[in-house]
Amino acid sequence: MKRSLFTFALATLIGLAGSVAQAQTLKQVQQRGVLNCGANGNLAGFGLPDAQGNWTGFDVDYCRAIAAAIFNDPTKVKFVPLTAKDRFTALQSGEVDVLIRNTTWTSSRDTTNGLNFTGVNYYDGQGFLVRKALKVNSALELNDAAVCVQQGTTTELNLADFFRTNNMKLKTVTFATSDEAVKAYDSGRCDAYTTDASALYAERLRTAAPDDHVVLPDIISKEPLGPSVRHGDDQWFDIVRWVNFWLINAEELGVTSTNVEAQMKSDNPEIRRLLGVEGKFGEAFGLPNDFGVRIIKNVGNYGEIFERNLGQGSRLKISRGLNGLWTKGGLQYAPPVR
Amino acid sequence: MAQAAPPRTSPFNDPRWRSIAFQLLLCAVIVWLAYSAITNAAENLARARIASGFDFWNSTAGFDISQHLIPYTTQSTYGRAFWVGLLNTLLVSFLGIIFATIIGFVIGILQLSRNVLVAKLAAGYVEVVRNLPLLLQLLFWYNAVLKALPVLRDSISIPGGMFLNNRGLFLPKPVFSPGFEAVPIAFVIGLLGAVAFRVWARRRQARTGQQAPVFTVGLLLIFGLPLAALALTGFPVSFDFPEMGRFNIRGGIEILPEFAALLFGLSIYTAAFIAEVVRAGVQAVSHGQTEAAYSLGLRPGPTLRLIVIPQAMRVIVPPLTNQYLNLTKNSSLAVAIGYPDLVQIFTGTVLNQTGQAVEVVAVTMAVYLTISLVTSGLMNLYNRRISLVER
Repeated sequence: MKRSLFTFALATLIGLAGSVAQAQTLKQVQQRGVLNCGANGNLAGFGLPDAQGNWTGFDVDYCRAIAAAIFNDPTKVKFVPLTAKDRFTALQSGEVDVLIRNTTWTSSRDTTNGLNFTGVNYYDGQGFLVRKALKVNSALELNDAAVCVQQGTTTELNLADFFRTNNMKLKTVTFATSDEAVKAYDSGRCDAYTTDASALYAERLRTAAPDDHVVLPDIISKEPLGPSVRHGDDQWFDIVRWVNFWLINAEELGVTSTNVEAQMKSDNPEIRRLLGVEGKFGEAFGLPNDFGVRIIKNVGNYGEIFERNLGQGSRLKISRGLNGLWTKGGLQYAPPVR
Repeated sequence: MAQAAPPRTSPFNDPRWRSIAFQLLLCAVIVWLAYSAITNAAENLARARIASGFDFWNSTAGFDISQHLIPYTTQSTYGRAFWVGLLNTLLVSFLGIIFATIIGFVIGILQLSRNVLVAKLAAGYVEVVRNLPLLLQLLFWYNAVLKALPVLRDSISIPGGMFLNNRGLFLPKPVFSPGFEAVPIAFVIGLLGAVAFRVWARRRQARTGQQAPVFTVGLLLIFGLPLAALALTGFPVSFDFPEMGRFNIRGGIEILPEFAALLFGLSIYTAAFIAEVVRAGVQAVSHGQTEAAYSLGLRPGPTLRLIVIPQAMRVIVPPLTNQYLNLTKNSSLAVAIGYPDLVQIFTGTVLNQTGQAVEVVAVTMAVYLTISLVTSGLMNLYNRRISLVER
């Protein structure tokens, strides 16, 4: 009952707080002096605080990039750890300004849930983690299996779809948090654990004996993950959307955290616009004109963020794959700054 | 005789008018508050373009539920998922109340035992269990169940076609063929017969002082008749035995470890409180009652059963009702250990998927309120029946 009371408190907040944060988000954030960012507090690579309370992760760096754009200080973020099931209510009620928590962009979330997805920062897909001892080579061999899954995710729905379309029997065991789901899987309650493939690599490392488990090669769904904001504040929507595009454009143009000062003297008009040397593109967002410099100097470009948290610079060693730049065979493509 | 007219006061100073006016004012303020909260919520939801209303009730849910007492597939509706969750909550609460009551009464009486060891052990149980947070205990039982039981391949095979492993307890499922209807009918007849016999025996005892073997005859009627019916119809029951499949056990009835852990945890926790209620109730009956019974020549057993307990029940029932309500509400902690109760399914997955927090949470609160009011209503009825009738 505690949880539902909490949710109800949030719900009444919507009811009673008058006009909550309509078209005012940027101003509110500036007045508050800190960005409230809904994050995953439990997933290595995307969002996880260490023992000292320092947050690291791919999504966490996106929060920092937005804070850097507004305050020129990536530390002015208050990370609010959210479970999958409570995350939308937290955003709707104004508890967080932006939700960057490996969240899949779907049509119903974009409409009935009152969210607006600003773009895709990670192209993912759903996979399965199983014990090697089961000698399973494909997800199609999982007929009759018990599968542990986290509640309030697209994963929960894809799982049911996948088993139904393939005429397989399924026993789902659903948990409120990934922690509990992984623990139950690890103690043998389920044959498989399913979630987004990127997360599976991180969760495998949390089992008692990671070498006894293997991620199946099958990807059973499209999971475009991205930041989301509330309906009804176009300015704030634009800022969150274009921070992502700025990061991708910076990588494409070869602007990194180490060479950004030198690049400001570049003759390339695209780079000059990106860094606010030419034109008034930053001011159009209600941000300082050089917000591009602020972001890239403080957190780096898209490629740097990726490698640091998920790629070769991390424990996960995930290759760029679909998340490579469009110029290198991937899907990451940003509209131009002009 | 002319009566003196009461002194005329202005309505402003008349205490009757004043109290009515203030109450009306208070009502108006409450109605206005409720109205503005509702319209404000509706307006804000519309502005944020969050769906509202109950259209979602009949749309496809699309997710699977591990335990369902009524048919449910991923193609079923959110409404169906709601009923599945509600029934799961009712099941665990109902069984929990029964077990907690039995354990609680036993421990409560044991606390009063003259054997020091037994009394101290019972008191120790109460102190340990009621002083640890329930959530912690549930997690403990769940992990204890999962860790203690073997994995599927090393399932413990229990004679009678049962299996036990960390996926649950698997029992043979009875399949009834035509002709079986006679058995429940015989059971009902036996039950009615036993009640009638008891009434007759009591009346006769009141009249003549003679006692009849009510217990033995009742047992024979209630269980003997259905067994006889079973034999006469030629045992029209077969069993669907659970079988070992590649991943899981197929067929039979499945008792999930999540359910077992929740039931166990709730019963043990609430029983500690009930034990204290029972102890207090028994101690509230003056010792003079026992002495009076002894001096009339009653033995200790009938004294406890006929003199002490009926009087203690008057003290026990009201706080017992509280414990039943607590148990029902605490069952929502199921969410932590993966048991699909109402809160987990409805305010968990359904809320998340539909995004309609206001509707979903309001429905859930209404449901818990209804369950609690019904429980306390029934307990109040019982309380009225056993309460002291004053002449």
